[in-house]
Formats: sequence, C-alpha cells, structure tokens
Amino acid sequence: MKLFSILLMAMLTQNFVLAKFLGICPFLGVSKKTKTATGMGLAVIFVMVLATAVTFPINLLLVKNGLEYLQTIVFILVIAALVQLVEIVLKKYMPPLYNSLGIYLPLITTNCAVLGVVLLNIDNGYNFAESMVNSLGGGIGFLIAMVMFSGVRERMESSDVPESLKGLPITLVAAALVSMSFLGFAGLVENLFGV
Amino acid sequence: MSPIIIAIIIVASIGLIAGLGLAIASIVMAVPVDEKAEKIRECLPGANCGACGFSGCDGYAAALSKGETTDTALCAPGGSDVSKQIAEITGLAAGDVAQKAAIVLCQGSCGNCDTKLEYEGVHSCSMAQQLFGGPKKCQYGCIGFGDCINVCPYDAIRICDGVARIDPTMCRACGMCVKACPKHLIELLPTHQSKAAVLCKNGDKGAMTRKECKTGCIGCMKCAKTCEYGAVTVEGNKAHVDYDKCTGCGKCTEVCPVKCITLINLGESEYEAE
Repeated sequence: MKLFSILLMAMLTQNFVLAKFLGICPFLGVSKKTKTATGMGLAVIFVMVLATAVTFPINLLLVKNGLEYLQTIVFILVIAALVQLVEIVLKKYMPPLYNSLGIYLPLITTNCAVLGVVLLNIDNGYNFAESMVNSLGGGIGFLIAMVMFSGVRERMESSDVPESLKGLPITLVAAALVSMSFLGFAGLVENLFGV
Repeated sequence: MSPIIIAIIIVASIGLIAGLGLAIASIVMAVPVDEKAEKIRECLPGANCGACGFSGCDGYAAALSKGETTDTALCAPGGSDVSKQIAEITGLAAGDVAQKAAIVLCQGSCGNCDTKLEYEGVHSCSMAQQLFGGPKKCQYGCIGFGDCINVCPYDAIRICDGVARIDPTMCRACGMCVKACPKHLIELLPTHQSKAAVLCKNGDKGAMTRKECKTGCIGCMKCAKTCEYGAVTVEGNKAHVDYDKCTGCGKCTEVCPVKCITLINLGESEYEAE
C-alpha cells in the first residue's frame, strides 16, 4: 500500500514538472506537438527508472565511505554515461526504438528531473523498491504533464493571442495555469491512504 | 588514508569505469554506417519536402544506397545537378529533372474580387475554407491567409494584394504548397518556357463568375476555339491548358475577354498580378 501511495504521490501531488518545477526545459521545449511530447515522456520514464536502479547501489558505496556530499557530481557522471550507453545499445539492437527515442535521449542526459528524482529518493530515505516506484511515478507524472500541456499548446496555436503575449509568454502563463490545476490533487493521497 | 584521497579514488574509478565501459560498448556495438547513403545525403538539399516520394532526404538517400530505387532524378528541388552528383556516387544513370516552379492560379486580388463576409476567425486558409468557403465572393479563389507560406521551406511565397504569389526564382518545385492549398489553386509549371496559363479555377457559370470576380474565367470557349494545337479545353465552365501541347504562341491570350489566360514564362520574366 505504501508503494501505491508513493506512485500516486509522484504522479499527481508531487508532480515533478508541475509541483516541483524540475525538468522545465524539456517541458517547454518539446511540448509543441503531442507526438514528440509522448516520445520525450516515455524516454524520461525509461531513463528515470534505469538511473535509480544504477545510482542506488552507488549511493550505498558513497554513504559507506562518508562521501554523501559527492552525490550530485557522481550521479551526474553516472547518469550521463548510462544514457550514452543506452543510446549505443538501442542503436545496435533496437533501431525502431532508437529512431523514436534516440533524439530525446541526449536531451535527457543532464535533465534536472532525472537528477532530481534520484536525489529526492535518497532525501526521502526510500529503500530500493520504494525508490524504483517513486522514479516510475515521477516519469509517468512527467509524461502526463507533457502530454496534457502539448494538448494545451496545440489548442493555443489556433487561438487569438494578444500581440505582446505571443510565443513564450503565453506558454508560461498556460504552464502556470496547468500547474495550478494540479494543486487540486493536493491532499488526495494523504486522505486516501492516511499517510 | 585521508578522506579526500578516498573521495578522489572513488570518483576517479567511477569515471574510469564509465568511460571504459562506454569506449568498449561503442567499439563492440558499433553500427556500420552506410557511407554511400551519407554521401548521397550530403548532395541532397535537405529540405525534407517529400517531393521524391520518400520520407525525406534521409529516406531517399537510404533507398538509393540500398538499391530500392534507381531513379536519380526524383529530387525536384535539387534538379539535374543533384541527379548528376548522385549518379557519380552510385554509378547509376543521371536523369534530367524538368525545371518546374509553382504558380498560384488566381488573380482575385482585392480590386478584382470582393468579399462576401467579414472573417474574424483563425488566420488560416483551411479554417476559413470551412466557413462558407472563405471570405471572398469567389469560392474558388485564393483566400490569401497564407497556408502555403507556412509550409514553404524556401520562403518563396508572399501575399500580394490578398492573393498568394510565388517567386519562381526562389521556388524549388517541392510541391508542399500544392498539397497545402485548400482550394487546389497551385500547380507546378515548367520554367524557362512560354506557356499559356489560365489564372482562374472558377467553375461557376459565366454570369455568376462575372458577379464574383473581374478576371474570373467565364468559360466562353474563345480560347479553346482559337488554339491551333488543341491545348486549351473548357471543362466545367473553366478553361484548362495542356502544358505539353501548348507552344506558347499566345493567341488565346489575345482573345480572352476577361484576361484570365496569360502567357507565363516562369523564371525569365516576372509576372505580376493584374
């Protein structure tokens, strides 16, 4: 039950993009079309789960040697290398998947949402299973936010926006509104599971 | 051992492992790159317009390299030069690409064609088309909201006086605008040749057309009767020119009462809207 509440929390109430404001760069950059937004979202889920699986044992190593202060730099290093490795493997063995995810993978290499999820797992003191579920939920939350927002932006394409707000300003306003709408989930998980 | 040295050792070893792992992986799992396709891809213009019928320049290059197609003359934007370059790389025969340019077959500028409604919706032809066929009186004419401009990869189209106009020197005949125009007004015409073109697609009866536009084709048949080569036909109340048969003699243009059939030499002389 705890795992399920973590999953829901990561997806909705603690949404990485809309509540924690991590990963705003791809959120604004790749959300113009639903198709690319979906691809990016799926790639983020994949990398988040994988990064958590790899960084968890490395964190144990760091803690054992009293080197917690090196978490950020070591995780950046590991995640970047990991994403590159995944890219090479995909290119070799799964060309269709590489063609659909490939262009997003380098974008994710230094994505703060991915780094954020592994650091927050440690901050929250999650064990391995909880960390994995939190990452999965975070990734799904990212996908939800991306797809929803790309829908908003596609509608915005054909709306009459005031001259001074055209382009990025109206996008940020819309992002703020979507983010506010997610506040509606506040308290949902706490009340459901009594956490 | 001081903690700083342990830190250095751990981070360095993680970095080393990651680096070595990547290096080994990139060697072990190297994907052979199709060099021929890469070379062909460099020759192609890179507009990804799809005029060749493949998914883009990469698709065409891959198909050529794998031998899925042997036609080197499919790239309309690149023309004969690109065909020659591809032929050199692949050893296939170079083809001749007929130089073409797109033209908007409408003269319904603001002075010639009145509006029937005030349109305040989205500034897009395909949207306006859904509302009584657009704001202009002539339901066949250019709406002038520039859907073609949005798709043109070469920035060759401008709206002049309410009608889209294509600069034939900039146009690479990729055909994106032909597909984008909701009124199907854009056609590809051979360049550097004099051809008669009917600058109207109005299919209404003559009397109706007269009310809608000053230069609309009324289907009077004069051009068809005058043409010695049988190139001009009138179908559905509008004239049509067979560009293969047309010799560019210009006799039809002299008899046209509404001046909607005009001699056009794309790329040689600038043609202006009436």
